[in-house]
Amino acid sequence: MAQPHAPAPLKEGLIHEPASEHGGGFPPFESSTFVAQILWLALAFGLLYYLMSKIALPQIAGILHDRQSRLAGDLDQAAHAKAEADSARDTYERALKDAQAKAKGIAQTTREQLASEAETRRKSLEADLATKLAEAEEQIRTRTATAMSSVREVAADAATAIVERLTGQAPDRSAVEAAYDRAARPQTVH
Amino acid sequence: MAVKMDPIHQFELKPLVSFGHIGHQHIAFTQSALYMFLAVGLIALLTIWATKSRAVVPGRAQSLAEIFYEFIGQTVHQSAGHGSERFVPLVFSLFMFVLLLNLFGMIPYAFAVTSHIIVTFMLALVVILTVVIYGFMAHGTHFLGLFVPPGVPGWLKPLIVVIEVVSFISRPISLSVRLFANMLAGHIALKIFAGFVPALLAAGVWGILSPLPLALSVAVTALEMLVAVLQAYVFATLTSIYLSDALHPGH
Repeated sequence: MAQPHAPAPLKEGLIHEPASEHGGGFPPFESSTFVAQILWLALAFGLLYYLMSKIALPQIAGILHDRQSRLAGDLDQAAHAKAEADSARDTYERALKDAQAKAKGIAQTTREQLASEAETRRKSLEADLATKLAEAEEQIRTRTATAMSSVREVAADAATAIVERLTGQAPDRSAVEAAYDRAARPQTVH
Repeated sequence: MAVKMDPIHQFELKPLVSFGHIGHQHIAFTQSALYMFLAVGLIALLTIWATKSRAVVPGRAQSLAEIFYEFIGQTVHQSAGHGSERFVPLVFSLFMFVLLLNLFGMIPYAFAVTSHIIVTFMLALVVILTVVIYGFMAHGTHFLGLFVPPGVPGWLKPLIVVIEVVSFISRPISLSVRLFANMLAGHIALKIFAGFVPALLAAGVWGILSPLPLALSVAVTALEMLVAVLQAYVFATLTSIYLSDALHPGH
């Protein structure tokens, strides 16, 4: 606006064409400005394209690439750690199972050992008792035999003593013994 | 009451430094050029300065730069497919440049650089020249197969080729006019609706109605925000689709 507006009536002022150095035409079609606009546009857009293609976009692409590779690396690391944890857990479970099996085995063998020990002890005890029983029976048998033979002697002695008191004269020993044998025999004959 | 109601006035270029005339052409550093370099500076600030710490866990600004980069990278990859990585810097530059210039235009009293057809046309020309030059460099004359779609009966071929050529040539025009017209129309509409407010206030009893255009201009501002972002996205997407032709002319 090189020149100030001339005072205009209100009605005309509303559709007033401003006075300007371009002569009041339609500015976008003012061909006298085209070369200058093309010049500045070429400079500005050329600069923008240069900055974008050489500096800005490689930088942004690099940032995105770095982030992606870092994320991928982190995910790899996480997967690796998970695999390690899994294998550690497997190892632990296997060790636990082994230990349980071993403990079971130890308990079993101990039980068996104790049982067999008890069995042998029982057997030896039984054998011991059997021999003792046999010995006792033997003793009883010999004692009985001894006692039986003593009974014959005692009876003979008693008979001799009775006869001596009654008759005043000692009977023959062998006759007494024969009489005892005769007296004892009918019991078995009956 | 000299209320300025001229909706065209806002598109005027104001020379800040004049370098004189070459023939008919006025060579000057205008506010438009200033906004262009401001946009370049802001984009560089976001994408270079904000990411220079290369943080693995990004801050806000670095996160924003990364989001823009990944967004454009995905758009290009989806539209242009295999081998399109080399064009990401171009599409990224175009998208950020157009986006920032469109959004600058939404700041009150600021200037919308993209409302000038010559700017949008030059950007579209960059796209089409890239397609043509890369297409011929990578595929030689095979690139011309782009104009002969496969599976077309022989007698129909001449007609199809003419249609394909016309459609290809109209691409830079439609690409540039779409952006230019959207920005121009939006800013004119905004200016007109906003201009109604002081005009009604100045017209005595009609001032009661002034909240209506005020509410409308708020709504249009929201719409224009959407258009500013959407047109930048459309520009980037169409660029990717056109680049797909340069990469895979045989379809």
